[in-house]
Amino acid sequence: MLILECPYCGVKAEETELHGGGEAHLVRRGPDSSDDAFESYLFQRQNPKGVHFERWRHAYGCGKWFHAARCTATLEVFGTYSAQVSEPPQQIRDRIAARRPGWSWSDQG
Amino acid sequence: MSTRLATGGRLTDRSKPMSFRFNGQNLRGVQGDTLASALLASGQLLMGRSFKYHRPRGPVASGAEEPNALVNLGQGARFEPNQRATTTELFDGLTATSQNHWPSLNFDVGAVNTHLSRFLPAGFYYKMFIHPRPLWKHFYEPIIRRSAGLGAAPDAETVDADTYEHFYAFTDVLILGGGVAGLQAALGAAGSGAQVLLLEQSADWGGRTPVDGGEIDGKPVQDWINDAVQALGNMDNVTLRNRTMGAGVYDHGYALGYERLNDHAPEAAGPRHRLWRIRARQIVTATGAIERPLSFAGNDVPGVLLASAVRDYVVNYGVSIGDRTVVVTNNDDAYRTAICLQEHGLDVPVILDARPQGGGALMQQAEALGIRVLRGKAIASVQGSRKVTGVTICAQAGEGAVLETIACDAVAMSGGWSPVVHLWSHCGGKLVWDEQQAFFRPDLGKAPTGHDGTPFVIPAGAANGYIHLRDTLTDATTAGVSAATAAGFKPKSTAVPQAPEQPEAPMMAVWLMPQGANVALRAKAWLDFQNDVKVSDIQLAAQEGYESVEHAKRYTTLGMATDQGKLSNINGLATLSRALGADIPSVGTTTFRPPYTPISMGAIAGQARGEIFQPVRETPLHQWHQSHAAHWEPVGQWRRPYCFPQGGETVEQAVQREVIATRASLGLLDASTLGKIVVKGPDAGRFLDMLYTNMMSTLPVGKCRYGLMCSENGFLMDDGVVARISDDTWLCHTTTGGAERIHGHMEEWLQTEWWDWKVYTANVTEQYAQIAVVGPNARKLLEKLGGMDVSKDALPFMQWSDGTLAGIPARIFRISFSGELSYEVAVPASQGLALWEMLHAAGAEWNATAYGTEALHILRAEKGFIMIGDETDGTVIPQDLGLGWAISKKKADYIGKRAQARSHMTDPTRWQLVGLETADGSVLPDGALAAAPGKNANGQRNTQGRVTSTYHSPTLGRGIAMGLVLNGPERMGETLEFSKLDGTTVPTKIVNAVFFDPEGEKQNV
Amino acid sequence: MSEPVSALSNASFDGLVHVQEAGLHGMIALRGDLDSEALQSAVTNSAGVGVPAPRTVVFDGARGAAWMSPDELLVFCPYPEAGATLAQLTDALGGAHALAVDVSDARAVFEVRGPRMREVIAKLAPVDMSAAAFQPGTIRRTRFAQVAAAVWLVDDAEARIVCFRSVAPYMFALLCTAAAPGGEVGMF
Repeated sequence: MLILECPYCGVKAEETELHGGGEAHLVRRGPDSSDDAFESYLFQRQNPKGVHFERWRHAYGCGKWFHAARCTATLEVFGTYSAQVSEPPQQIRDRIAARRPGWSWSDQG
Repeated sequence: MSTRLATGGRLTDRSKPMSFRFNGQNLRGVQGDTLASALLASGQLLMGRSFKYHRPRGPVASGAEEPNALVNLGQGARFEPNQRATTTELFDGLTATSQNHWPSLNFDVGAVNTHLSRFLPAGFYYKMFIHPRPLWKHFYEPIIRRSAGLGAAPDAETVDADTYEHFYAFTDVLILGGGVAGLQAALGAAGSGAQVLLLEQSADWGGRTPVDGGEIDGKPVQDWINDAVQALGNMDNVTLRNRTMGAGVYDHGYALGYERLNDHAPEAAGPRHRLWRIRARQIVTATGAIERPLSFAGNDVPGVLLASAVRDYVVNYGVSIGDRTVVVTNNDDAYRTAICLQEHGLDVPVILDARPQGGGALMQQAEALGIRVLRGKAIASVQGSRKVTGVTICAQAGEGAVLETIACDAVAMSGGWSPVVHLWSHCGGKLVWDEQQAFFRPDLGKAPTGHDGTPFVIPAGAANGYIHLRDTLTDATTAGVSAATAAGFKPKSTAVPQAPEQPEAPMMAVWLMPQGANVALRAKAWLDFQNDVKVSDIQLAAQEGYESVEHAKRYTTLGMATDQGKLSNINGLATLSRALGADIPSVGTTTFRPPYTPISMGAIAGQARGEIFQPVRETPLHQWHQSHAAHWEPVGQWRRPYCFPQGGETVEQAVQREVIATRASLGLLDASTLGKIVVKGPDAGRFLDMLYTNMMSTLPVGKCRYGLMCSENGFLMDDGVVARISDDTWLCHTTTGGAERIHGHMEEWLQTEWWDWKVYTANVTEQYAQIAVVGPNARKLLEKLGGMDVSKDALPFMQWSDGTLAGIPARIFRISFSGELSYEVAVPASQGLALWEMLHAAGAEWNATAYGTEALHILRAEKGFIMIGDETDGTVIPQDLGLGWAISKKKADYIGKRAQARSHMTDPTRWQLVGLETADGSVLPDGALAAAPGKNANGQRNTQGRVTSTYHSPTLGRGIAMGLVLNGPERMGETLEFSKLDGTTVPTKIVNAVFFDPEGEKQNV
Repeated sequence: MSEPVSALSNASFDGLVHVQEAGLHGMIALRGDLDSEALQSAVTNSAGVGVPAPRTVVFDGARGAAWMSPDELLVFCPYPEAGATLAQLTDALGGAHALAVDVSDARAVFEVRGPRMREVIAKLAPVDMSAAAFQPGTIRRTRFAQVAAAVWLVDDAEARIVCFRSVAPYMFALLCTAAAPGGEVGMF
């Protein structure tokens, strides 16, 4: 059972206090988008074995959504960070690159 | 015959006798006994029957790994099947019965299976019960079900008499296992100041070490253990817990501890079991090792035990398995059993050592005691069926030619030891094969890793492959110190306790005895005693192509019994690897899954039973409903009155009465469960325009508007009335049970998409008791209570107003979900009951009638109003429901807009909402389908519509329904055939969904 | 005018600890920029205490404030004064973007008192209740079994728990169950 530190209130919350929200950094597609772009936004997900960026809500705590960078294979958490960004901050990317040599955000983003 | 020796019994107190019952017979034991030791002391070796062949079974082990000695324990509300007699502490008045036999333990008809065993090989069920197919359901399945399971299932109507609980514990270092390794690891870790939690599954500290005696740091082992326990107990940063098993190790340092508080004292107050939900920075697994059986013919006959178990029973409980015990081994440790028996005055006619050269110092000691040792020899077969009567001896290297027969009444076998690697493995710790000692040990380079990617489990002592006391102590010291360091503490230097060196000769792997045993012998050489899996079964599985160890396990059921293969796994996979001609590491092990031994369902449920099984949400009027005979309906976690039966009324009669009274005069509904969310800020209007399909920013202050909310997929997810409270504040009503979900939906979009919009939301659902006052006399009632102008002009339809009603601060919404003149009155929850009672008292002259959710449903259905969850099911868009009028055409965007433009959403053949009237006035079944010509690709009847809501309307005196129908709105007046539950159909006319007062005259008065 | 009643009318239970539904409290949910001067002075003037630091509560008698999230406080006052306090807060906030709503009736407050307070709570909430980790003045929003709640310690022997009013009977039954005699843990 995971522990994630909520970056908003600083609580190290366990999974039962959290609500998972799926893949992070999706770009919303609105009324002008093509069928393909909209389908991709609604349904296409990365599902990698390895580094993954996710949305979580501290549902039983401060109620804030946040982002987590996590390895889906080892469950290592590289860090949690604000929900109000459209891509992972440099600090998180550096930490992942240090732990997973060869990894880069451009492969994902 | 097994019996109590004249003296001895390290764990027992003979001055405290206890009586217990086994299979109706009164027996006696002493304090400190397990049920197994007490039964053995009473001469009761036979304790159960095996699963498949109903073979007679006695205990083979003395602890948690026991596969055979399983009993039905307790009676009535404390009955539990499949309890291990070896770990059941005896208490005065204990009641147990043996399992899996009929009519009796001694004479079991099912034992005929053992004679049919050559017809019941591995995979028998899979092969046999396939053909002919029709026999499965009525013949094979009932027979298999009847013969399945060992113990009896508890009575379905009996409620467990005990209570259970959870406990959340956090610690720096968690140590699982309170043997000498666990104790020493705790000492090593605790000196650093780290919080240490040490769990031991049994009642006693020290594990098996005291059985073998010896010295640590120059004092007797038991003294060292006592001192260690005392020293740890005196430290503030150490918590010791016996009778608490480390059940499982999970991600991010999570572990479960299973504490058995009063299994040994059932009348004591408090919970029976406590499930410790532990979060540890570091976990030390000091779980010891388990001795392996040897695979020889007849190794399952009662009286054949692990050598260590034979020794345990003598030393711990003063109980002997037999008078003459043959010891058979491939390692030095079993000599300790021979020496122990000899020292207790019991006869050891021979030690059969499979190693050609025999053993080391311990062998010499045994021979010096006059015990005969045969090197390179093996058991060809065990004689006796319900108990051992002798063994035949052969050469280990041969095929089983009998050299000699020796009479005996017990056999002590040792195939070597296997570290208990379960808890190391639960969360991904890998194993490495130790060729020299023939066991899997933790691969220290591949430990389970935690949230930061670093290892969090450290094995210690025998669990780490250090079987000998001297090595165990060294390794455990290191483990404790390492754990504290990894947890972020600076350990003090900890001296390694010294134990004398005890050199042993190398063991020799023996997977089959004798090595070339013929098929007849192999078919009697048991691997899994409980599930009756033999060497021949594994070989057959390999021959039939079950090469993966996971497949062979499931095909043969090896290791799938309640003991989960603690004794059988290694022997089984070694047999498999030999059959496949592969080496053991490449065959690998099956997956170790928690819990280590079975834990009670009660412990898993914890406190969650009875009234706190799950939260029940109560409105401020709940007690009134309760005292007025409410028939309850769960709506999410809420309890809402379905109706209020009076006198001898049925539920149906009550519902009909409530509808009629409301339409005729005055109904009162507890609507407190409707969600209420305040949305405020300069961007609130813009935000609500995105959230709802219709325009909310243009709603004037003081007015209400019905709104629809869709998901980004376009599907309708909620509806409700929105009221504009002030220039920058709206109040959004949601469905019952929708409040948290919709509030979460709002926060999600605000926090993760439009985070620069200035909007705050607050869920104020429970601040208010909300009461719907409905019916032609609704206004008169509110006017009678006084304080607010609710006239047609002052408070027109779809407006709200604040004021004080009958002295209570109130907000009144003039909205209607029934088609009647209707007000919803919101007052502070703490005064809701007062208002409700005033409304009833003052409304008595108009026959004020409390109505429940079913009347609410009928009232809305008569008006053709949709209900989220009835007309919608997650695949329905507003356009399907004729709600196009509630979708703004002016807005560039709203959540769901793009999705509703997808081709499937704009498909003109999507089913559309219509009203449905049966020709005979009957009520259609909920969900009934309308047939269409032809069949689909699966050969099923095509359909062209389905019922979404269906009721008997007391207003119209007939059945009414709503449904989604292909091209429905264009087919008014057409008749379809809807299916009924009896297989027939009923002709049903498509009509307008508004059945009652289509002009809306009643609500606009 | 009727007499307002709390969810459980001060029901109480004595077991391993004293459990009490603590009656009606004035409570105002305040959302806004906690760092802004406007909000800080509004809180100081109406609640009588400063804005609490993250994950803490500050109390001065019945008045106080609890930090609920980076943009939310729960302001406490005597129940009869909730309306006036809300009005005062709203006035003081003036044009600042903020939301203040009365939630006095939407919540229930429980008191758990006694030397075994920590272990009773640790049976229900996935929180490290050890004295080293959880000190008086800290507040933690979490779950108690299956419902959301906030808990803080008044001192080493008394905790306060706030939950939704609708689940007050569940919370009370939970606490009574966890406090049933015979269930001593002895961890803290």
